[in-house]
Amino acid sequence: MKKTIITVVGKDTVGIIAKVCTYLANNRINILDISQTIVQDYFNMMMIADMNDSSKPFSDVSEELKQIGEEIGVVIRCQREDIFKSMHRV
Amino acid sequence: MINIFEVNETNEMIEKENLDVRTITMGISLLDCISDDLDKLNNNIYEKITAKAKNLVSVGKEIEGEFGIPIVNKRISVTPIALIGASACKGPDDFITVAKTLDKAAREVSVNFIGGYSALVSKGMTKADEDLIKSIPGALSSTKLVCSSVNLGSTKTGINMDAVRLMGQIIKETAKATAKEDSLGCAKLVVFCNAPDDNPFMAGAFHGVTEADSIINVGVSGPGVVNTVLKKVRGESFEVLCETIKRTAFKVTRVGQLVAGEASKRLGVPFGIVDLSLAPTPAIGDSVADILCEIGLEHAGAPGTTAALALLNDQVKKGGVMASSYVGGLSGAFIPVSEDQGMIDAVEAGSLSIEKLEAMTCVCSVGLDMIAIPGDTKASTISGLIADEMAIGMVNQKTTAVRVIPVVGKGVGEKVEFGGLLGYAPIMPVNEYSCDAFINRRGRIPAPIHSFKN
Repeated sequence: MKKTIITVVGKDTVGIIAKVCTYLANNRINILDISQTIVQDYFNMMMIADMNDSSKPFSDVSEELKQIGEEIGVVIRCQREDIFKSMHRV
Repeated sequence: MINIFEVNETNEMIEKENLDVRTITMGISLLDCISDDLDKLNNNIYEKITAKAKNLVSVGKEIEGEFGIPIVNKRISVTPIALIGASACKGPDDFITVAKTLDKAAREVSVNFIGGYSALVSKGMTKADEDLIKSIPGALSSTKLVCSSVNLGSTKTGINMDAVRLMGQIIKETAKATAKEDSLGCAKLVVFCNAPDDNPFMAGAFHGVTEADSIINVGVSGPGVVNTVLKKVRGESFEVLCETIKRTAFKVTRVGQLVAGEASKRLGVPFGIVDLSLAPTPAIGDSVADILCEIGLEHAGAPGTTAALALLNDQVKKGGVMASSYVGGLSGAFIPVSEDQGMIDAVEAGSLSIEKLEAMTCVCSVGLDMIAIPGDTKASTISGLIADEMAIGMVNQKTTAVRVIPVVGKGVGEKVEFGGLLGYAPIMPVNEYSCDAFINRRGRIPAPIHSFKN
């Protein structure tokens, strides 16, 4: 299973998680884990998602999430888990 | 499972500290393109490059998108053209047609540069080698994306001083041929001692004859990342300093390894090597000189610079080697002047001279790199600079290189702007005493003895 990491960084506002989760649900993307923290007054969320049954290709999901982020004033990024694994796990 | 702090660390490196994959370079062998008919040769070369590299840029972009890591350059290196054109090219003008074919093929597949307009003449020159070298000014002034390199010496063969003398003149002629663009042609021309066959970085990349038909080599970069972590260990012992550099180099190189593996898989081309070089860019904070300052120097060039650089270079290798299954290319810290804001500052402050840079090249890759010198510097003086640098490489069994730009019409104190990744540079003074009688001797410097080392 190829896991995807979705990060959301920006000023905290109502409904960020709701918006992202709705989008993921509509596109059949399963959320495996969510963690959240505040770093230097910034809302910081990370989701681990499984995109195996996704109804759209990775590049579309990544682009559309980016647009949703722009609408609500946060940065949403979609990356394959491999980059973090290779950097932080021996 | 990966946690949020690890994710944030990686993304901060990419966003704020200029972590990127500097280049994915596809090496392509042109040996099977050889023909004694010039038109056929050019046609074969064009067909092979455009077929092999057709998906290189799109796959590079795909990987960028999925992993969220910028891949700054997508490049091609080919078998040295002096070998490929030897049968068909009867003179320098014939070689220029091949350069134009390379340029056309590179544009067709949208890569940033194509390297391999090269000759390997460390012991002697064939007629084709000499014709190719003589065609370099014409080739670099009539193409945009072609890079040229000439290997002038090696630890095993010594230094071909006839070729060193010729290259002094060729560099001057290339500067003149591209005078309108501030002698930009010289930024795409490098001479080597002990040139590696699998270097992914320009201008010196070529696809060696010992390599497979095609191969993917990757160069990583991360001076900004190293610089940022070193801020956290100010005043700590050398042990802590070295450990910190090593850990960071490991992380940076792992990204290179990942990208190389993915690119190789998606393109169906075998993975060659990851080049561990710390390659700076003119972007603020993406500087090797800044790392030297963070280690404890007021400016690059101050006493202690060579030692600090030796330490940095060694730790980058130690960290990087474990992170990658195959390491190659140049693999060390680069110290180009125009491409590194900290180096430029050091030159402008009067802290860094060509002589100090030469000393620094003894302990790192690669050599006197992207140094602008006065346009009226004599060809024999440039040959003298080259001979010194080649000697360092030959005796120390390492790769060294020279890429100097004698900027036509400009003198010490003036600036030259190359733009983009090539940056800008203040013109540096060169020792003006003559070495004519030395350079005008014929023949070659014998290979050094490999025993009694000291």
